[in-house]
Amino acid sequence: MSAAGGPAGSANATPLLRVEDLRVEFATEDGVVHAVDGVSYQVLAGRTLGIVGESGSGKTVSSLTTLGLTRHEGARVSGRILFEGRDLVAAPESELRAIRGNEIAMIFQDPLSSLHPFFRVGGQLVEAVRAHRDVSRQVARKRAIELLGLVGIPDPGRRVDDYPHEFSGGMRQRAMIAMALANEPKLLIADEPTTALDVTVQAQILALMERLQRELGMAIVIITHDLGVVAEMAHDIAVMYAGRIVETGSASAIFSSPEHPYTWGLLKSIPHLTGSREEPLVPIPGTPPSLIRPPSGCHFHPRCFYAQPEHARIDPGLRPVETDPAHFVACLLEPAVRRRLWGELSAGRTPDEALKAAGPVEGPA
Amino acid sequence: MSRFVIRRLLWGVLLLIVVSGLLFLFFRFLPTADPAKLRAGRLQNPRIIAEIRHDLGLDKSTAAQFWLYMKNLFLHFNLGYSYYSNAPVKELIVSRLAPTLSLVFGGAIVWFVAGVGVGVVSARRAGSRLDRAVMGTALVLVSAPEYWLGLILLYLLASDIGQLHVFPGAGSYVGLTSDPVKWFEFMILPWLVVAAGTAAVYARLVRGSMIETMAEDYIRTARAKGLPERRVVLRHGLRSAINPVVTVLGLDTGVLLGSSVLVETVFGIPGIGRLNYTAITHADFPIVQGTVLLAALFIIVANIVVDIAYAFLDPRVRYG
Amino acid sequence: MSAPAVQDVPLGPGDRAGGGAEPLLRVSGLVKHFPITRGVLLQRKIGAVQAVDGVSFEVARGETLGLVGETGCGKSTTARLVMRLLEPNAGEVRFDGRDITHIKGSSLKAIRRDIQMIFQDPYSSLNPRKTIGSIIGEPFVIHGVMDDKGERKKAVQELMETVGLNPEHYNRYPHEFSGGQRQRIGVARALALKPRLLIADEPVSALDVSIQAQVLNLLRDLQREFGLTLIFITHDLSVVRHMCDRVAVMYLGKIVEIGPGDALYGAPRHPYTGALLAAVPVADPSRHGQERHLLSGDVPSPANPPQACRFHTRCPKAQERCSVQEPLLQDKGTGTDAACHFPLTEQEIAGIGVRSAA
Repeated sequence: MSAAGGPAGSANATPLLRVEDLRVEFATEDGVVHAVDGVSYQVLAGRTLGIVGESGSGKTVSSLTTLGLTRHEGARVSGRILFEGRDLVAAPESELRAIRGNEIAMIFQDPLSSLHPFFRVGGQLVEAVRAHRDVSRQVARKRAIELLGLVGIPDPGRRVDDYPHEFSGGMRQRAMIAMALANEPKLLIADEPTTALDVTVQAQILALMERLQRELGMAIVIITHDLGVVAEMAHDIAVMYAGRIVETGSASAIFSSPEHPYTWGLLKSIPHLTGSREEPLVPIPGTPPSLIRPPSGCHFHPRCFYAQPEHARIDPGLRPVETDPAHFVACLLEPAVRRRLWGELSAGRTPDEALKAAGPVEGPA
Repeated sequence: MSRFVIRRLLWGVLLLIVVSGLLFLFFRFLPTADPAKLRAGRLQNPRIIAEIRHDLGLDKSTAAQFWLYMKNLFLHFNLGYSYYSNAPVKELIVSRLAPTLSLVFGGAIVWFVAGVGVGVVSARRAGSRLDRAVMGTALVLVSAPEYWLGLILLYLLASDIGQLHVFPGAGSYVGLTSDPVKWFEFMILPWLVVAAGTAAVYARLVRGSMIETMAEDYIRTARAKGLPERRVVLRHGLRSAINPVVTVLGLDTGVLLGSSVLVETVFGIPGIGRLNYTAITHADFPIVQGTVLLAALFIIVANIVVDIAYAFLDPRVRYG
Repeated sequence: MSAPAVQDVPLGPGDRAGGGAEPLLRVSGLVKHFPITRGVLLQRKIGAVQAVDGVSFEVARGETLGLVGETGCGKSTTARLVMRLLEPNAGEVRFDGRDITHIKGSSLKAIRRDIQMIFQDPYSSLNPRKTIGSIIGEPFVIHGVMDDKGERKKAVQELMETVGLNPEHYNRYPHEFSGGQRQRIGVARALALKPRLLIADEPVSALDVSIQAQVLNLLRDLQREFGLTLIFITHDLSVVRHMCDRVAVMYLGKIVEIGPGDALYGAPRHPYTGALLAAVPVADPSRHGQERHLLSGDVPSPANPPQACRFHTRCPKAQERCSVQEPLLQDKGTGTDAACHFPLTEQEIAGIGVRSAA
């Protein structure tokens, strides 16, 4: 089972959010879906954690569970989510409702479908304010206009009465961010906030989020599949695969010396804007696994070039890397072997070549 | 927005003209009793019949009759004359309009409230035993013929012939303006009958629409804002889910206004449905023509109202 | 509505394809406007969405041209014009020397054997009620090729193997496959009649990152094996750089820059290209916090594009001339053709933070 340890930042600061051995299951007609399978991480105040993963990795479910938003779908949750010391898993619905949109806010991927199409943007912001503050409509409306201005929407006094479909894509996402900030949250969870946006608009939104973090001292969890976005935004990164965290550490550590074969696979399979054009893309073979019947032992072993027979039997836990105590990885390969393999891969060799060049891979697990 | 409304109204008028024209042609070429003979009554004298034909303009060409008919209809609102009942059609229809309107609008309110209420509750508890029981009952009510349901209710609850003497029996219709309390008491059973099947349909419709709506992203956002669940369900959920129901409500009401004959007959309500039925059995076609035209008018108006209402409900529809 | 003048653009290095050989596809002055109507009883045309407004380029045999741009730039409409799914309002499409701009009926159908398309959404572009065997075999049926069912099945299974699918799954339905596999089915269908030009409209955008590489590699291998010419449409600049020999950048219905991939990525001349490249987040955290010049505002509506140079409202280098005289797509002597009066200087390119290709 995975270790309860989490990474990132100075060990002295008490984390704002601390997830411990979280498990989330859904009962479906086809069987029990193990969406989150023993996940632990932490978020420090004022810093950004990037959670990277593909579809089915559990990244969205773990964040929705933080706010208790999976309760409606009949999720079975175990583990602890500590927010400023309070356990959100055990908290009653009323306590969670007081936190949602207040101390912890969340924004989603598609701002067109995430804003109610029948209500004006201003009205939706006013609602967000009055859900947690006892103020009059006029005061709330003033705050709404102020927030729209804060996120860079031009002419906010007029646009506050527009409907969502009258805004462009980028402006809608800004409006969603404004709504999330209505009550000055300590933590903002952003689930794929720029995936549905054009690249120039994406850049604007990311810059906006960074500026707001600096000005408001807010912690951010950004969930994405885009390694570029996470490199831009995150101080610390957690890589998720099939419901588990496979690697976590500071952004520079993850990109300069990644330790997990899945992370290697991701880095080698994406085309880069810079670097050699001739280097082939090395895809990760196979497809993401079913969460109803996940692979035994290490969840990644069926797609791993370097897997050994015992990896199908033993569950790897998150263990710290010797050279960097804030960097954790869940892999059964010997650390020395991993370093050699990455050395070959980063020099441009394919996994087959790297395997040959790196020498013997078996060893005590 | 006003452009939208004007356009709808103009099309409505055009449609009405077309429908009237079609009706005229239809009744003109329908095998029917010769109106002149009917009018002549006992005096079946060919000369008198010819005179009457001339008076009524029946010896003119079809085109001339058509023009006369349309002129009468749209300029004078003259719906013709019933030879059988010896009265202008318009008078007959207007006198019977109020009971039908009471029946239909009252029934519509009942089925809307019941349907939406049951639908929302069912959606919240989708898949539960309550949900299944409710949907099963709905299926039964939809399948039950109106006259059967009416007779059963009378048998059980009518003060004159029923097992329990709760509600006034058939035939005791009283106008709203004459005695509101008696009117209300009497109308309860007919309303239930009119509403039963439709409420069931609406419950299913609302249930489906709510389940779909509650899975939308903006519901997740509303919860993430920390709103109380009741507000999420009613203001964010139902407000969106209700659109298809409003559309159907308008259409159903429009159609029913022209076809309430079964319920009216069972309960002895002196409405347009019964008027129409009597006229058909007596081959009194001017009345039938008038009521059909009225029904067409109701349906066209209902469609326009629904279109406009939809534009109000969904801001995305407005500018077009 | 008067047709805008077809610009006789002199061919520069950006769009002249492979030396003297006749290009497989030549597009000149393509225009497609979608009318916007308003009115009470009769619909009057009050304007038009100028989706594609004077686009010209060539594609040489065997090369891959990338068409990049953001929402509303007209790249998808251009693709549909090339494929004749739409008919242009003005301009010309020449395929293999033949003018196909206004062909109809059986000659249009015949062209469909030579030009095929792969679509973006693998979940909605396959008919869920048909087996994949029948989906992939449909082109044969439509064009009356291979009437014998047994022969057809063999051909289909061969295609399935070529794209990396298990031929035993011939009778399965689309919902039984993952996104990446469905995209492979789409590719197999597109290749059935051995087209010469393949247009891929955002073929990997809807797929997971680890699957994207599989499909991209597949397209590259197939191109080599079948000698395909490829037009690759996407908003993802990194993918285009990897896959394409030449790249055209589109903005609001026009091509603003076109040229060989290395030149365009290493030294973009058009300010919009520079802005696009600067905006792409790079998987290198050491650049965290570096100042980037970001484009402000939103893309104007294609129903009401800015006068003259369409980019001038957002361009950091715009001057008065830009709102008066439309710049033509011309060879700037730097390796790419750019439609700009004040193209980026070496210093500005370095300043934006776009690094040269290694």
